[in-house]
Amino acid sequence: MINTDKIRKDFPILGEKVNGNDLVYLDNAATSHKPKQVINSLVDYYEKYNSNVHRGVHTLSVKATDEFEKSRISVQNFINAKSSNEIIFTRNASESLNLIAYSWGKDNINEGDEIFITPFEHHSNIVPWQMLCKEKNAILKYFPLDKNGDINLEKFSKEISKKTKLVSITHMSNVLGTVLPLNEIIDLAKKNNAVTVVDACQSVPHMPVDVQKIDSDFLCFSGHKMLGPTGIGVLHGKEEILNDMSPFLYGGDMISEVTYEDSKWNDLPYKFEAGTPNIADSIALGVACEYLSNVGMENIWNHEMELGEYAVDEISKLKNFKILGNKSKELRGGVVSFLHDTIHPHDIGSLLDGYGIAIRTGHHCAMPLVRSYGVVAASRASFYLYNKKDEIDKLIEGLKLVEDYFK
Amino acid sequence: MRELSDFDEMYQEVIIDHYKNPRNKSKLPNFTDEVMSHNPFCGDEIELQLNIKDNVIIDVSVSGRGCAISQSSGSLLGETIAGKTVIEAKNDNNSMRALLKDENLSEEQFDSLDDSTVIEGVKKFPVRIKCALLSWSALNDILNKY
Repeated sequence: MINTDKIRKDFPILGEKVNGNDLVYLDNAATSHKPKQVINSLVDYYEKYNSNVHRGVHTLSVKATDEFEKSRISVQNFINAKSSNEIIFTRNASESLNLIAYSWGKDNINEGDEIFITPFEHHSNIVPWQMLCKEKNAILKYFPLDKNGDINLEKFSKEISKKTKLVSITHMSNVLGTVLPLNEIIDLAKKNNAVTVVDACQSVPHMPVDVQKIDSDFLCFSGHKMLGPTGIGVLHGKEEILNDMSPFLYGGDMISEVTYEDSKWNDLPYKFEAGTPNIADSIALGVACEYLSNVGMENIWNHEMELGEYAVDEISKLKNFKILGNKSKELRGGVVSFLHDTIHPHDIGSLLDGYGIAIRTGHHCAMPLVRSYGVVAASRASFYLYNKKDEIDKLIEGLKLVEDYFK
Repeated sequence: MRELSDFDEMYQEVIIDHYKNPRNKSKLPNFTDEVMSHNPFCGDEIELQLNIKDNVIIDVSVSGRGCAISQSSGSLLGETIAGKTVIEAKNDNNSMRALLKDENLSEEQFDSLDDSTVIEGVKKFPVRIKCALLSWSALNDILNKY
């Protein structure tokens, strides 16, 4: 159990009014709000020790470097990585995935090789692989689904082969909330010597994630979806693979020696962090990890599963609404997408906004998946540790009013 | 506080009527131009077919999938431009954009847009202006060739 009333006090924005109503924020899969601890850490850095890292010997630079590296260790602990060398700071998960495609992909994908992704992916885990495959004449394949729309592992086990060089999958769908059978998929990939990538944007913020247990080669996530600031993301990679890879971006900080003719690369993780990093936001991400750990990821996950189940039940009671994806609580986190028989999601979203209720409407950056349901858009409510059941009641009340309005 | 009635300006009766009963929806057996317009922000689609002879739009078909605003605006567009010359339709396109930017239109411009002016209520909801202009952007793509 978590104390949402106490938690809500840490989030200044939750006291805001939207169109004259209390904000009901149900768009957490898009981005989360930030507790004052995270906001204060940004102000602290800029007001008290703003300085560049890994350079000067002066006091502020030493302090900035310390806090920056401390944050890396907070992230390492948060996902139980073996070493802080495995934590690369990026701008966001999209950049992390692009880093893999450009660096690892460029050197390891050849003509005729296969890359497997699922039909549930966010555009950021589709487009980099599409481009890589086009460039290399490689083949992009999609996981087969069963008649319920879930991953068909048996069929996949027959389709994956020695030609498969990479398997990149989301841990949890940002549209359906479905949690994928990661262990089984990664086992199958390993048996075929394929490298594995996990898009953990929707899992790391919401459930306990242990990269050593998952045993993926790469895992990516964004800071802003887990109480951290925008503009900071993480690439986790196994040290031996990262060491073998070429740098992604070249410049300052990522070198150990530069002559007029040639350069040598710095050690991990700096080899992949060219230029002055996003110091303030990296530090704030560490604070976000500490905040989440203090509440407890197991607690947060249970809270969200409960909200997800309640939302599915309540929306299912409405006559003309339909839930997308699997309804079972165990396979779904706090993400619920739904459709109305006749009213378009955009119109639903506009009217709900009038009541201060924020949901996402549209294709959720997963156009192929949403289209596979025969529609161009869906409405989505997504929850986090600060959401309460009575906010779902307000959503239901709002949906009834929307239906009335368009009658 | 925003009341439901605030939305009446955006969702006027004419708009809801065109959304529920879109005009000129059937595909044309003969057409000179065809374009599919997407709103990458929400996934809405509009497919516009025109049959243009001697610089006159003699036939229009508008179809698609999307919200009440994008679809009714498309249906209204069809009625506004049917039978007009390319030049007149281009002028309407400019007037429509001006209208949604809250610029003043001459009486002539306003009359020429006909029922399409009901879309004006969207102005209060800037995030929906793109929905209203989806079909007009499709029209723009075609008329630019003339």
